[in-house]
Amino acid sequence: MMIDPLSVFILLLGAATPILFAALGELVVERAGVLNLGVEGMMITGALAGFAAAHASGSPALGFIAAAVAGAALSMTFAALTQFLLSNQVATGLALTLFGLGLTAMFGKPYEGMKAPAMMPGPLGLNWMIWLGIALVPVVWWFLSRTRPGLILRAVGENHDAAHGLGYPVRRVRILAIGFGGALAGMGGAYISIATVLQWTEGMTAGAGWIALAIVVFAQWNPWGVLAGAWLFGGVTVLQLRLQAAGVAVPVQLLSMAPYLATIIVLVLISARQKFGRSGGGAAPASLGRPFHALK
Amino acid sequence: MFRLEPRASAPLLWQVATPVLAVLATMIVGGCLFAAMGFDPVAAIRTIFWDPLFGPTAAYSRPQLLVKAGPLILIASGLALGFRAGIWNIGAEGQYIIGAICGAAVALAAYPMDAFWIFPAMILAGAAGGWAWGMVPAVLRNWFGASEILVSLMLVYVAQRIAAWMAFGPMKNPEGFNFPGSRNLQQYEAASNPDLIANSGLHWGGVAAVLALAATWFVMSRHVLGFHIRTAGAAPRAARFAGVRPERLVALCLGVSGALAGLAGLFEVAGPAGQITESFGSGYGFTAIIVAFLGRLHPLGILLAGLLLALTYIGGELAQMMLNLPAATVQVFQGMLLFFLLGFDILTRYRIRRRA
Repeated sequence: MMIDPLSVFILLLGAATPILFAALGELVVERAGVLNLGVEGMMITGALAGFAAAHASGSPALGFIAAAVAGAALSMTFAALTQFLLSNQVATGLALTLFGLGLTAMFGKPYEGMKAPAMMPGPLGLNWMIWLGIALVPVVWWFLSRTRPGLILRAVGENHDAAHGLGYPVRRVRILAIGFGGALAGMGGAYISIATVLQWTEGMTAGAGWIALAIVVFAQWNPWGVLAGAWLFGGVTVLQLRLQAAGVAVPVQLLSMAPYLATIIVLVLISARQKFGRSGGGAAPASLGRPFHALK
Repeated sequence: MFRLEPRASAPLLWQVATPVLAVLATMIVGGCLFAAMGFDPVAAIRTIFWDPLFGPTAAYSRPQLLVKAGPLILIASGLALGFRAGIWNIGAEGQYIIGAICGAAVALAAYPMDAFWIFPAMILAGAAGGWAWGMVPAVLRNWFGASEILVSLMLVYVAQRIAAWMAFGPMKNPEGFNFPGSRNLQQYEAASNPDLIANSGLHWGGVAAVLALAATWFVMSRHVLGFHIRTAGAAPRAARFAGVRPERLVALCLGVSGALAGLAGLFEVAGPAGQITESFGSGYGFTAIIVAFLGRLHPLGILLAGLLLALTYIGGELAQMMLNLPAATVQVFQGMLLFFLLGFDILTRYRIRRRA
């Protein structure tokens, strides 16, 4: 059986794009010290909003913009609850996912069976969203490590009390980060409905949001690591699909477990390296998941 | 403006009042949503929350309440243990599916034998399957420090695919005219889990749910283990000094909640569902998370919350039939409920003072 490496790589780039967007967004959120487990819910909302807008306007670009707006809007629910009402971030993120899945199942019905408008091909036969995703990696890296707002964002994530003491607006920084994460998750979800599957089906993100969360850990909160992780998972997904198409004597249902099992394996490897390695302290932002409440 | 002042302890009044407030807020906002979609909001809310119990078709829908509440309560009572300790098993849906598959495997292996031990053996297999599936994230967290949240959730997708594989492959009914899905256990007396009292909706799963509530109540309020769990959740460092071994708690909480979810799956496959199908998982594992929170992780609260969410399932189906409301309405309601609950929770943890 022949699997042509170049064609696999091109398919891989496409399969990696939704996860790349969502994971980059979540990376920024987590670097600001917020753990948003609602990525799956924001992705599926983006998938539907993007598909609906693209279908109505005939323009995939408008679809992605709508998806970003929808993802960011949904993320503001999370922001309001966790930043103003100081709710538990794990539980609130879960609620966001459950709510997003329900909301899209409810409003998505009329769109089932419709087709998405064709994507505009970009350079080298890859669409513009793939390029945008790759381009975002150095941008996010540059922002976080080379700019003043990026430094403030990291300070807020590492020690929100110290950042607050220095006069930085912890809450505002976090809300902006959450909104950015929501917008990127929405665009990632829309890539699945507009560019990959080309239609809307209920629950179509199928855990991509959770895989994106795992990728952020795998990447050790580094944008370049997110790119590597997204490509790794794109690779596993494409190989698995190729093996299915080639009719390997393994049931389809078992082959389709591959991305999830790979996520677990990678998560275990990276956690073990951190636990047993010589590097000492972990790379996770020190204030990750802790609620911030200024006592005045 | 207002400012928030942390409370030293959560007053009982607010602990009880916030879930009620959350339900009311969900009804109001849900009603507005229905009105925006062009439905009569009052009729919709009445159909979901009132008619299943007291409406014209109540005789049919009332037993369904126990059928749906049983698995929710069984799963949620296990999850609550872990949530108290800050151990997040969010993969109960997967443990539920694997428990059902393991239990059904015993039944299908014994088919068509008739023996008294078949159903008890299925119960053991279901609990063991769920336990094993829950222990995977526990072991990976204890040995390697991998996040139990992500691992348990990933295993839901794996379990769903195993169920699909079983329905199309190893467990396919040889007399099923090539349709996917296992033999129907409702038609295999030694393995079936019928209503204990005809048309009451109460099968062994409901009994197990009540037992699980009693057991978790005992552990949480009368046993040193419950003290350890509560301390580990409230102050992990202090718990360590008090001699709590976090690894043990992780294994215990994930193992027990997995076993209970597995039991719920077993009772479902041997009872109301009847067979392993591609889409055996029906979301109970996720809804049970809402039940656990809405019940404030307390056994009595979980009982009431389980019944209420069971009501929304049945009411949702009724509203779909009578008013043509979309099927996913219930999911939206459940998500909203959790949002409101988490939001109102600030009243139990903080005092709101006017800024001087």
